[in-house]
Amino acid sequence: MAEKIYKKIDEIDFSMQSPDFIKETSSAKIVTAELYEREGYPVDGGLMDVRLGVIDPGLRCKTCGGKLKECMGHFGHIELARPVMHINYATHAYNAMRSTCNECYRVKLNQVKLDDYAEKIKFAQKLGDYDRVRKLTKEVLAKSRLIKKCPHCKAKQEAVKIEKPTTYTQGEHRVNPIQVRERLEKISNEDAILLGFNPKTSRPEWMVMSVLPIPPVTMRPSITLESGERSEDDLTHKLGDIVRINQRLFENINAGAPEMIIEDLWDLLQYHITTYLDNSVSSVPPARHRSGQALKTLTERIKSKEGRFRNNLAGKRVNYAARTVISPDPCIGFNDVGIPESVATELTIPERVTEWNKEWLLKLIKNGPTQYPGANYVIWPDGKKKKITEETIEQILEELQHGFKVERHLIDGDQALFNRQPSLHRMSLMCHRIKVLPGRSFRMNPSVCNPYNADFDGDEMNLHVPQTEEARAEAEVLMEVQTQLITPKNGYNIIGCVEDSITGCYLLTRTKEMSKIEAIDLLTSIGIDNVKFSKEKVSGSEVFSTVLPEDFNFIRKNKQGETTVRVKNGKLEHGIIDKNTIGENNGELIREFYRKYGQDRTIELLGNIFQLGIQILLKKGFSTGVSDTDIPKEAIKKVDSKVQKAYNKLDEHIESYKKGKIEVLPGKTELETLEIRAMEILNKTRTEVGDYITELVGEGNPTLTMAQSGARGNVLNFTQMTGCIGQQALGGKRITRGYRGRTLSSFKEGDLGPEARGFVKNTFKRGITPTEFFFHAMTGRDSLMDTALRTPKSGYLYRRLANALQDLKIEYDRTVRNATKDIIQFQYGDDSIDVSKSEGGTINVVNAIHDVLGENV
Amino acid sequence: MEDLYKEYVGKLPGKILNDMEKEAKVRDLKPAQVKKVLEYLIEQYNQAKIDPGEAIGIITAESFGEPGTQMTLNVFHFAGVAEVSVTQGLPRLIEILDARKTIKTPSMEICIKKEFAKEPTQVKKVAAQIKETLLKEVAEEFNINVSKMQLEVKLNKARIKEIKAKPEDIIENLENAIKKISIKKTDEGFTIKPEESSDHELMELYKLKEKLKETYIKGIKGITHVLPVKRGSEFIIITAGTNLADVLKVPEVDSSRTSTNDLHETAKVLGIEAARQTIINEAGKVIEDQGLDVDIRHILCIADTMCRSGVIKGITRSGITGEKKSVLAKASFETPLPHLVNASLLGENDELNSVIENVMLNQPVPLGTGLPDLVAKMGPKSIKKKQTEKKEESKK
Repeated sequence: MAEKIYKKIDEIDFSMQSPDFIKETSSAKIVTAELYEREGYPVDGGLMDVRLGVIDPGLRCKTCGGKLKECMGHFGHIELARPVMHINYATHAYNAMRSTCNECYRVKLNQVKLDDYAEKIKFAQKLGDYDRVRKLTKEVLAKSRLIKKCPHCKAKQEAVKIEKPTTYTQGEHRVNPIQVRERLEKISNEDAILLGFNPKTSRPEWMVMSVLPIPPVTMRPSITLESGERSEDDLTHKLGDIVRINQRLFENINAGAPEMIIEDLWDLLQYHITTYLDNSVSSVPPARHRSGQALKTLTERIKSKEGRFRNNLAGKRVNYAARTVISPDPCIGFNDVGIPESVATELTIPERVTEWNKEWLLKLIKNGPTQYPGANYVIWPDGKKKKITEETIEQILEELQHGFKVERHLIDGDQALFNRQPSLHRMSLMCHRIKVLPGRSFRMNPSVCNPYNADFDGDEMNLHVPQTEEARAEAEVLMEVQTQLITPKNGYNIIGCVEDSITGCYLLTRTKEMSKIEAIDLLTSIGIDNVKFSKEKVSGSEVFSTVLPEDFNFIRKNKQGETTVRVKNGKLEHGIIDKNTIGENNGELIREFYRKYGQDRTIELLGNIFQLGIQILLKKGFSTGVSDTDIPKEAIKKVDSKVQKAYNKLDEHIESYKKGKIEVLPGKTELETLEIRAMEILNKTRTEVGDYITELVGEGNPTLTMAQSGARGNVLNFTQMTGCIGQQALGGKRITRGYRGRTLSSFKEGDLGPEARGFVKNTFKRGITPTEFFFHAMTGRDSLMDTALRTPKSGYLYRRLANALQDLKIEYDRTVRNATKDIIQFQYGDDSIDVSKSEGGTINVVNAIHDVLGENV
Repeated sequence: MEDLYKEYVGKLPGKILNDMEKEAKVRDLKPAQVKKVLEYLIEQYNQAKIDPGEAIGIITAESFGEPGTQMTLNVFHFAGVAEVSVTQGLPRLIEILDARKTIKTPSMEICIKKEFAKEPTQVKKVAAQIKETLLKEVAEEFNINVSKMQLEVKLNKARIKEIKAKPEDIIENLENAIKKISIKKTDEGFTIKPEESSDHELMELYKLKEKLKETYIKGIKGITHVLPVKRGSEFIIITAGTNLADVLKVPEVDSSRTSTNDLHETAKVLGIEAARQTIINEAGKVIEDQGLDVDIRHILCIADTMCRSGVIKGITRSGITGEKKSVLAKASFETPLPHLVNASLLGENDELNSVIENVMLNQPVPLGTGLPDLVAKMGPKSIKKKQTEKKEESKK
């Protein structure tokens, strides 16, 4: 492919098409509705005329001589026997007629006012402030349309009325499009400006069509069905109708047919043209296929999500993309993506042949498209592109020279953009390094699930391969995983250790003692082999310290909040590592790495910690099971007694409520007060049960370990499995819906007790009673509904926000401005700090003091 | 020491300087040390500064759009045990960003001047005065006297005293509200008689009675509920319904701290800057209540965009997006056809200086790495040509 020179489009003007313009640009006058001759060749003057462009391979366009895909098509035209209203301008024509005099066709305002408006409009027009122009002309229209007597010629005015969609009446008479056109023609250029037209580009009378442009065939290609039959596009069908009726109208007029028949045909022509332009006008029955399905005509092509704007212009299809299921692989790096060989051989990168890579590329070409690593295509400097096949390979190998391009297979280390929809933030599309792996799925490190919001229950993801050096450089510098460690949402790290690696580090740092051999074995398995331990027994903290840099200092609270994590000179002196130090979203240790050592070092350190955590679990073994939730009989009794105590307490409240003695909270009724108390008591009970069970089970329970380290689940999940599921709440209240005065028919009317209002005493493991199950299902359904309704709502909000704010950018003078250079903020966020470069939105002064003056100040 | 900090005003943001001053005091640092740290902070600050060309609008939209999926849809929630219910979560956020004229749960937070805010009884008194009172709330009985064809209203004296109203005022208010009635004061209350008699007198009388019940007699219109609540050491009043202009006129109210959650009312009474602050506060509250964490800068960015023109503009097709200059940008959002038709009438021209149009045309967008342009070196001939062109232009 020769290097094409692209022209930049600087601006686009919008205007109406004048009949003259349509005729001038037309390459063919269409006179017949026939499409093809018997041999299947397009009819001259038919709708598929070859002068309008070609859609059959082999034919050449008669206008430009181009073949299929070379010629982009040309417009034609038909002359309408009688003028017809353009549906989209029907109301504009109506407004123009209403605001002008019936006799002298001036705007019905006195000259002084007209001059005043003319000046204002001219000024706004000059500024390019079209909204202002529209506002002013609207004022003119509103003020002049109800005036009964023309201030210029003093003629009395009879009001023009519109019958939707395209017929006008004045008094008893119908105003047909010819008359409309005549009236609009007589409006002077000066008055047209006042009515909201720009006569240079759009004269009012052009709203009535006397010539109809015929879109090129390339815009409405026919498809050949399996049976060899041709199926025409909706537009061609509609145009056929228009041409047919137009011809009949011509014939009837020429033959001097009665006015009635001509009027009917005229109306029919109007109908066809209206539906051709817009097939979803209310009050016009939509034109249909023979099957009864409505035709998709011009307006439908533009409108809505599937229309031209949103589907083809604002978003486009791309080449060099792949999509498949994702699966986890903790052994590859954070910024790696494992791709199957089948993808690697299909997606390519164009590599220019130079002195230094010629040998290598020749080897790839020899391998061909099937053997990995190979190449698929070779591009000559003149733009010729050839597929590497058994026939062509000889010639290619012979001719290959510097300046050729070889489209070679992907190899390890190439950049690729990895994406998961919905792409809600910029971390949904990051640059990864290719790693070709066996299998048929994309492989990713589980730590990068969080930015993509991915899991492995069947999620699919997309991969794009940048094709130019510029694109690859940009991807590498701006989009690689390590550049996205800190989210611009709030300045916290979005990538951190997850699941097993947190559990692993948690267990490791809790280990008081392990043998030297064990420790060295562990460290060797993650690639650290230069560590020496002086003692025979080492603690877990010492092992963990080996992955920390030697000059690293850090003091922070961990998840439990009581114990402090303290690192001094790269030694973990105190504390247990958990989610609050190395986890995602708020891993302070990671955050500190980033601040001190920058992105590349951080990703390396994080990788080491991650691997360490995984390896510990591999060596130690770690699993959960149903037996984790076994508790002794006495404990069950204890739990039951706790629940019973709450029941009793609640009964007291109910009793006092029934007696009317309950102490009412301000602003609440007695019943509301009781409900609030009930929720308090019952929720407190579950927390108590949870605390009791946590204490009872103690350390060493794997499920609880995961909850406490923050790796997966929380204490509440554990409580619900072992102790008590707790109160089911709908909209923050106990369940009250159902029958009159009761929730289910198995309760007494007026029963306010815990069981009758959705308290689930049992556990998931023990099993729940039918009524409990029902209440639990109620809340489950409620939350399901909530999620289902929320997704489209928030999606729409996001779309609107993105649309409204997409032009805002930081200018070189650091002001925030929109596309028209209006200032939004003088300094971004009042201090110009980039959230993704800050620490939670600011610069931490304490850290700075420590950095400069040491830790002890 | 103070001079030292003054030197850095303008070089460092105020917040960082304040933090530094505080920390320095705690740690008892020497001026030399402080200077060292400040220099270091400047270095850090310059590194953290945002790059020109950054598409900050999109980042803001993302920062709101992504947590939006995590918000609840449940409209009502009782913040604390006993407060007025307010719209929350996603519905409220949409309400704020749309800049809706009528909001689902208008509410005010009325602060009382220090001297009145200590005693709960005093606060309650103020609250009772502020609350919109209808006749039915102070009347004990409504009687239709069929023989005299009149209504007899018995007033609850205690209630009247509570809201500091005189029966005369009530009568006056009633006379203002309902035309063609005559009211006479009695010992227990008053009697009302329609001035004109009609055929269906009894029916008319009954209708009048129902109308009277709902008639406003005292307090501030629009405030349907009041609730004194303790906040910190003082009492404030939370209301359902809002009427900022009238509440601020109440002498006991601390007008500098009283606020409403209605954007347009705030803009009308206190001006656009106050409305901007309300957007920031309300949006911030929603995000915080949902347990989400979004940096204040994003909220500021949205609020500033909405209030830039001096009027609150919502993030809707009639608001900010509708105000865009580019035809294609408007058309690509919603309802493309009317935009195109209007553009053709005026012969509009699109200068293609925002993002979406350039995406449509497969051209580099004027953001980030698409921003820098190559400036070509021109030979002496072309420079001369340019200069003469410029001269001609200036002549015109």
